[in-house]
Amino acid sequence: MKNITETGQKTSEIQKGDIWELRLYVAGQTPKSMTAFANLKKLCEEHLAGKYRIEVIDLLKNPQLARGDQILAIPTLVRNLPMPLKKIIGDLSNTERVLVGLDLRPLKE
Amino acid sequence: MTEVKINVNSLECLPKCQTGIRGLDEITDGGLPKGRPTLVCGTAGCGKTLLAMEFLVRGAVQYNEPGVFMSFEESSEELAQNVASLGFDLNDLAASKKMFLDYVRIERSEIEETGEYDLEGLFIRLDHAIDSIGAKRVVLDTIESLFGGLSNETILRAELRRLFRWLKAKGVTAIITGEKGEGTLTRHGLEEYVSDCVILLDNRVEGQISTRRLRIVKYRGSSHGTNEYPFLIDEQGMSVLPITSLGLQHDVSTERISSGIPRLDTMLGGEGYYRGSSVLVSGTAGTGKTSISASFANAACSRGERCLYFAFEESSAQLTRNMRSIGIDLEPWIKQGLLDIYAVRPTIYGLEMHLVKMHKMVREFKPKVVIIDPVTNLIAIGSDTEVKSMLSRLIDFLKANQITAFFTNLSHGGTTEQTEFGLSSLMDTWLLLRDIEIGGERNRGLYILKSRGMAHSNQIREFLLTDKGIDLVDVYLGPAGVLTGSARAAQEAQEKASETLRREEIERKKRGLKRKSKSLEVQITALRSEFESAQEEVNKLTRQEEMQEATLSRARAEMEHLRKSDVNATGHRYHVKEDRK
Repeated sequence: MKNITETGQKTSEIQKGDIWELRLYVAGQTPKSMTAFANLKKLCEEHLAGKYRIEVIDLLKNPQLARGDQILAIPTLVRNLPMPLKKIIGDLSNTERVLVGLDLRPLKE
Repeated sequence: MTEVKINVNSLECLPKCQTGIRGLDEITDGGLPKGRPTLVCGTAGCGKTLLAMEFLVRGAVQYNEPGVFMSFEESSEELAQNVASLGFDLNDLAASKKMFLDYVRIERSEIEETGEYDLEGLFIRLDHAIDSIGAKRVVLDTIESLFGGLSNETILRAELRRLFRWLKAKGVTAIITGEKGEGTLTRHGLEEYVSDCVILLDNRVEGQISTRRLRIVKYRGSSHGTNEYPFLIDEQGMSVLPITSLGLQHDVSTERISSGIPRLDTMLGGEGYYRGSSVLVSGTAGTGKTSISASFANAACSRGERCLYFAFEESSAQLTRNMRSIGIDLEPWIKQGLLDIYAVRPTIYGLEMHLVKMHKMVREFKPKVVIIDPVTNLIAIGSDTEVKSMLSRLIDFLKANQITAFFTNLSHGGTTEQTEFGLSSLMDTWLLLRDIEIGGERNRGLYILKSRGMAHSNQIREFLLTDKGIDLVDVYLGPAGVLTGSARAAQEAQEKASETLRREEIERKKRGLKRKSKSLEVQITALRSEFESAQEEVNKLTRQEEMQEATLSRARAEMEHLRKSDVNATGHRYHVKEDRK
């Protein structure tokens, strides 16, 4: 939020220089988590090649981390950067909605 | 009957988890079902969060059972602030690992749903929280917020069902709160999943006075109170009033306590009221009800007993000032902490609230005597049936605790023997004060209408307020009817005068008679002496005659001797005859 107001840049412009920080919260190697990770990877390669970083957090190993990002649903994808924070829950099978959720949709049009 | 009861008790094996909330454990017969979730539902602002929070705090402090509070509505800081006003220090509890506060924030605008998911994250968080402090109690407040944040209801419902099953498996005693919906207990039908125990809270406004009420809708495998119970939230948390848990099984005392008015004690079989009984004083305005109450309070405090005085008409200061004018000084008792005057306008709360408040004060102050002056003012804020039920509950409660209850009742002229709401049947002793209007003045009369279990006087006594306290004097009962006040005094004076007069008359008559008898006595003496002298005369004459006779016969014998007459017996006649020739 802060970034936008300060720089006055549009979403499309932000993407050019910024690194996308994405976190995928999972709980063990469940089919849903696997699907989500696969979907995310594919999507990032398509739209954000070279500008993204994916961190997978297994809450079964680090349960205390769930509190920080207010995680309820599994799997949850959190976009930390660029601001603002975005949360996308589900196995990311609905690509259309993921793109909207990540503010990537307008770029394609 | 008792045998059956014992069997039931021994069979009952549902373990309970004490909440520590005053009154709630009594209604639930020991607490919430241990290791199972309980649903607490109600409209906004009726105290769901508070009940849940108190459950955790009391668990942590009193029962050494740490608890997890998972809030979906308020942040940990807000929560801590909100309950600090009730004396709960959440930060301290959290620091000492007795409580774990977790705020689950869910913002729909931040979340995009893209396919299949579950709520494993919530499970993990809860599991982590429970394990980190070894929690035995869990609160989810209000889990229904999830419905606002997540749109896939099918997943949500399935996950909630799983969550409650999981909580049960985890063995924690949980409280789930839920907002009341239209026609359903909760907006999203949580009662479908949490069905072991459902508690409904309610906050109703009647006549601009709101009253909080609690009802146990269901409680599987346990007996419980089924009524609506009023509850109170104040600076010490929540107190629920277990109304019907009392009944008529209380013990009775044979101990008698003084009313503070010696003459009234005499009228009450010589010893006063029974301890733990209920006493009603009714009378029209200005008949001295408060004075009798104050005497009783004074007597109780003099015995070293605590007395709780609910004054619905006068402030504490006004009451003590007024009572000082009749020689009753209540101030020292207040200072010594024996007397507590709680002065409040009845309209400040609803009836139930008054009851809860009284309950609470009685529990805290532990008085031996409770005075409610006047009970009539409570009618203004409730219907007859409500007042009656409230009073019967109050009396039951006081009786169960062996507290003597003293009520005053303001009656409105005419039908003095009728209380407004059939109060009399609840009372053991009923004193009636009435004003007697004779000769242009108004005086107070007191009599005992009833007093269970003692031989009491049936007399009307005149009730005098002097600067040395209350005095009861006999009224004048005579041909002129019942007289009081100056009429009595006048009548008494008049009677005294006529009495003196009569006594004097008798004295006079007595004296006259005495005189007469004395003179008669004198006469008797005179007559007796006369009689004696006459007797003597007779004796004298007899003796003279005897002597003459003797002399004569002697002379005759001499003569015969001289005449040398025969000495035989017949000789005399012969000689005599001869002489005559």
